[in-house]
Amino acid sequence: MPAAISTEGLVKTFGRTRALDDLDLEVRTGEVHGFLGPNGAGKTTTIRILLGMTRGDSGTVRLLDGDPWSDATDLHRRLAYVPGDVTLWPNLSGGEAIDLLGRMRGGVDKKRKSELLERFDLDPRKKARTYSKGNRQKVALVAALASDVELLLLDEPTSGLDPLMEEVFREVVQEISEREGRTVLLSSHILSEVEALCDRVTIIRAGRAVESGTLSELRHLTRTSIQTELAGSMDGLAQLDGVHNLRVDDGRVRFDVDTDNINAVLRRLTEIGVRSLVSQPPSLEELFLRLYQPEAAR
Amino acid sequence: MKTLAGTGGLVRLILRRDRIVLPLWILLICAIAMSYVQSYGDLFPTAESRRSYANNAGFITLYGELSGTSLGEFVTWRLGFVPVMIGLISLLTVIRHTRVEEESGRRELLGSSVVGRHAQLAAALLATFGANLVLAVLLALGMHSQDLPMAGSVAIGAEFAGVGWLFAAVGAVAAQLTASAGTARGIAISVLGAAYVLRAAGDTSAHTDGPLAWLSWLSPIGWAQRIHPYGDNRWWLAILVLVATSALVAVAVYLSVRRDVGAGLLPARPGPAEGDLGSPLALAWRLHRGMLAAWTVGFALLGFLFGGVAEGVGDMMRDDPKVQEVFQRLGGSAGLIDSFFAGVMTIVGLIASAYAVQATLRLRAEEASGRAEPVLATATSRLRWAGSHLAFSLLGPALALLVAGAAEGLAYGSAIGDVGGQLPRLIGASLAQLPAVWVLAAIAIAIFGLFPRLSPAAWAGPAICLLIGLVSGGVRLDDWVRNISPFSHLPQLPGGATSAGPLITLLAIAAVLGIAGLVGLRRRDMPVG
Repeated sequence: MPAAISTEGLVKTFGRTRALDDLDLEVRTGEVHGFLGPNGAGKTTTIRILLGMTRGDSGTVRLLDGDPWSDATDLHRRLAYVPGDVTLWPNLSGGEAIDLLGRMRGGVDKKRKSELLERFDLDPRKKARTYSKGNRQKVALVAALASDVELLLLDEPTSGLDPLMEEVFREVVQEISEREGRTVLLSSHILSEVEALCDRVTIIRAGRAVESGTLSELRHLTRTSIQTELAGSMDGLAQLDGVHNLRVDDGRVRFDVDTDNINAVLRRLTEIGVRSLVSQPPSLEELFLRLYQPEAAR
Repeated sequence: MKTLAGTGGLVRLILRRDRIVLPLWILLICAIAMSYVQSYGDLFPTAESRRSYANNAGFITLYGELSGTSLGEFVTWRLGFVPVMIGLISLLTVIRHTRVEEESGRRELLGSSVVGRHAQLAAALLATFGANLVLAVLLALGMHSQDLPMAGSVAIGAEFAGVGWLFAAVGAVAAQLTASAGTARGIAISVLGAAYVLRAAGDTSAHTDGPLAWLSWLSPIGWAQRIHPYGDNRWWLAILVLVATSALVAVAVYLSVRRDVGAGLLPARPGPAEGDLGSPLALAWRLHRGMLAAWTVGFALLGFLFGGVAEGVGDMMRDDPKVQEVFQRLGGSAGLIDSFFAGVMTIVGLIASAYAVQATLRLRAEEASGRAEPVLATATSRLRWAGSHLAFSLLGPALALLVAGAAEGLAYGSAIGDVGGQLPRLIGASLAQLPAVWVLAAIAIAIFGLFPRLSPAAWAGPAICLLIGLVSGGVRLDDWVRNISPFSHLPQLPGGATSAGPLITLLAIAAVLGIAGLVGLRRRDMPVG
């Protein structure tokens, strides 16, 4: 089966700013793909290119086996989109906006819509101008999740939702991906959300994919923090592969070690002689923080 | 005074945001006023010529009664529509910096910093009052520099700025009433329109010794006009305007402490849980219908007004060979009433082009606000989305012109007992403005499609045409300047000769510009912030 989304060497500049710089992204059909990166990394620009709103300067883009720019209208029947910052028509009620967007996409499943309205606890009779940010977000989510489409493009869809509603969102996305086998591209900052939902993730920074893979593959990129008191000299420790941020205070040595090199480093430590050792398990959060930072700071 | 904390900073913010528009309209109005002194002084050198020019029902409806025949009074009279424009600009400025800020949520952001409860309202009013004050001072100095008496020059400044102040306060009250800036604008503009119509009706009635002359005294525009600069200089009327302004400001403050930030006094009603909108066109209809209804009603009123006074114009001109001569010079050999109507049609056409630009720029508002994005992410192509809005910006003005022509035909036709004859003539003459209106709409489409960030510049179209229209009444303009305005190329209807050539050329220009804009829209990135 071809990938639902694939971009290769995608470049997009706005004036002098290089928003996307050789971006490679692959989302396989049927998976929930996490799309992570710091603010301004190019996530929204990528999604707009996938929607055919913006045209890349160079590189290739395929979406559902079509060209998102020239086949936009046809492809849009097969996808639904939730923007990160939802603005609605102030004098339309939430229910009207949901039905409007659904119909223009090719139809709404009424039963599913009312079920979602209930689960998201949204009053569709209110005029959009009286909705809070979270409620506007819910309108867009219900409109997208209630439609029968193959692909969902979600751009930070839970910003503004309370934790209870985030939970509902997770349940619904799990349902549609597991039961119905739909493909989801989920741009998000919320790590627990990504861990709970995503099969694979791509992390981008400054318009470039810096890591991509399953979460367990990414865990290999994480580092374990070691704190140890040694019996002998620590010479050469800093030069070992995979050792980072080595510092000594009060006779204690602290450093981080890449998961792949941990075995070799431990062997070297026992050769020197270990008096005490504390290790902290790898966390994805630290990995993301590290990957989010500019190259120089890492 | 804690409730006013931060006002100074907000005033600076307003002046920073309006640093181009504010000086522009002030200088433009001063320049128009000063140019009239020279040009109308030359055109109508004698008291007699001035009196006979001003003495017709059409002009009295438009500008009011001439208070005296000195050059200053004559020019002030001829500028009779300018205070209405100042009132409009002032109320729009106040609403822009109060209700629009609240609706967009920016007010909340500022409100959380050290900004008092009344600071936003106070800052918007201070900035607008200040702008009008600057206008008054510059105008007084400018008019005095044209060798007009100082006292009268100060009085005309007070008249113009007084109307500006009063309608700034009207805008401030309207901004408290509803949560929607659009509705607030509608309320305030309706008040301005009502004030103008009351004055027009009262003055017309007074001129024909009718019983409704007192209507003018219900209108603040009527008060300001009766200051009679360069004549009696009735300062007490300026004070009356000031008192009314203070009262309105007090009302606005009173209302603002009785509501929450972001909310209006009129409660928001719940809407339907299920919608029946299902296409871009249905959405566009929903978004445009209020504007369409308001403009159509406005055009009907305008049509009835012009149609109603037309017969009086004819009566008066038949009595006075000199006026006949003036009008024949202005309108060629066509009948006097026809030339009056031909002038009216240009005004109506210009107003229709403002509607066309406003409706076209709705596309840009949808794009910039982010509302276009979810629509374009559905199976709606850009052309279909744009087309559904353009249906209203092209056909809306057509409907408005049709209604204006029909109202003129009905009013004038029933006055002379020839509805069957006048109705189609005047409808035809009114619709003949359409090619020029469409050219200005097409310019707006082209700018939106090709240079979206410059979209507000589309307003320059109607503004330049209005300016050319205003100035060419008084000054002989070079042909090439006049020719910039598409309205200069329209046949003088009713009565004048029609040839299809210029109309087809204008339509072709409109088509080329419109298509260029749509091609640009299809090729460019969306949304451009």
